[in-house]
Amino acid sequence: MIPAAFDYEVATSADHALSLLGSDPDAKLIAGGHSLIPALKLRVARPSKLVDIGRLGELAYVRDAGDKLAIGALTRYKALRDDALLQEHCPIVSTTAGLVGDPQVRHRGTIGGSLAHGDPASDLPAVMLALGAELVIRGGVGERIVPATQFFTGVFQTAIGPGEMLTEIRVPKLTGATGWSYVKLSRRAQDWATVAVAALVHRDNGGLAAASIALTNMGATPLRATAVEDALTAGAKPTEAAEHMADGTDPPSDVAASAEFRAHLARVVGKRAIEEALSR
Amino acid sequence: MRSVAITVNGERRELQLEPRELLVYVLRERLALTGTNVGCDTSSCGACTVLLDGESVKSCTVLGVQADGCEITTIEGLAMNGALHPVQQAFHEQHALQCGYCTPGMVMAAVSLIESGEAGSEKAIREGLEGNLCRCTGYHNIVKAVAAAASVTA
Ligand SMILES: Cc1cc2nc3c(=O)[nH]c(=O)nc-3n(C[C@H](O)[C@H](O)[C@H](O)COP(=O)(O)OP(=O)(O)OC[C@H]3O[C@@H](n4cnc5c(N)ncnc54)[C@H](O)[C@@H]3O)c2cc1C
Ligand code: FES
Ligand code: FES
Repeated sequence: MIPAAFDYEVATSADHALSLLGSDPDAKLIAGGHSLIPALKLRVARPSKLVDIGRLGELAYVRDAGDKLAIGALTRYKALRDDALLQEHCPIVSTTAGLVGDPQVRHRGTIGGSLAHGDPASDLPAVMLALGAELVIRGGVGERIVPATQFFTGVFQTAIGPGEMLTEIRVPKLTGATGWSYVKLSRRAQDWATVAVAALVHRDNGGLAAASIALTNMGATPLRATAVEDALTAGAKPTEAAEHMADGTDPPSDVAASAEFRAHLARVVGKRAIEEALSR
Repeated sequence: MRSVAITVNGERRELQLEPRELLVYVLRERLALTGTNVGCDTSSCGACTVLLDGESVKSCTVLGVQADGCEITTIEGLAMNGALHPVQQAFHEQHALQCGYCTPGMVMAAVSLIESGEAGSEKAIREGLEGNLCRCTGYHNIVKAVAAAASVTA
């Protein structure tokens, strides 16, 4: 499969990328290319020009930012998985990055590309939603910060507008009071999640003070399982709370699973995620 | 057309590429390095795996222009002075191939895995090769070969 012809420019800085993007309405950014190149080959994406941001070292980092960690959009999965700051302060991100695809995919794919692509079957979006991450979007006129709750707007759709790019992702540092888990179920190794659940539980005086649960591949965007969160904070056991895992969701039916089976899996996987989070 | 310079198996190659040319076809058709196979052409099977700056990548999912200024190693670049690379030698000794179609990609994925220190246990090797499919061997001898190679290169 050969993509249709396109022009290609290498961005030498984020600002250069934005000016290249601004000069052509049909231009597209390419980061790791591991969602975009398959789409180009299928010719479902036919940009006039690719602006390559894949080698922008200035946007590949994880930095300490007080009570948060700041992650550059061009940080690749392997670097996220192996990052000492993430492993110490936000291990749900490093661990989940290590579950994406296979080693070859993790050597190329970036966190920014994964979030900007807006695929509800991707892993990091639900983790960002559970964490209450902030996404820094840069455009011609400056920067704006969008909370993860407002970032994912539909299948392959996000709050990133034309001529804009995602530059940084900010995640909270978790303390020992927060347990975490991301449980991913897929049919084959290397596959996208049939269903996955990200769970964070915040403990207080030995009890559970708050929970944040997000679902992968249970609707057009990653979704918060608010009914489960409410049940847990009201004192329900994980098994009881997990019964609400599919409430208010609209899971897809495809070769991997029917919508009905996904709802069942969400309850099973969600219970495991809550139990693992409580044990950490 | 875009001028690129890619170091392939230690040799600098200057090429004029169309941006849409995939790295695997640059290697196979422009440079006649046909050791790298195309299996699925959809980034699923790993037959096209090569090293890009030392790390395994699926060359059917990388544009040739993205490799500008980079170092690529293909299966043809592993043997030194007629001696097989330890991973190739181990595949030979452990009977880790039957039809051989997956083998170049499997070997390159294994080289990357061993070099990044991630081939420390059978489980790690099995997980580390999850991006590579083999329709013949059932994987057991491949895993044995990678473990053997990891122990001699360690
Ligand atoms: C075999 C295979 C298995 C996979 N398995 C999984 C899996 O299990 N879980 C999972 O989550 N994902 C999986 N993926 C997808 C993978 O994670 C992609 O790498 C990721 O979705 C996209 O990141 P990228 O850097 O490759 O982006 P690209 O493919 O380069 O870009 C994707 C889209 O985002 C846009 N974009 C990229 N960067 C930015 C930016 N900074 N600002 C604005 N727009 C931007 C591009 O224009 C494009 O539209 C898999 C992919 C493959 C090929
Ligand atoms: S041919 Fe590239 S992964 Fe199958
Ligand atoms: S040896 Fe035939 S596909 Fe692996």
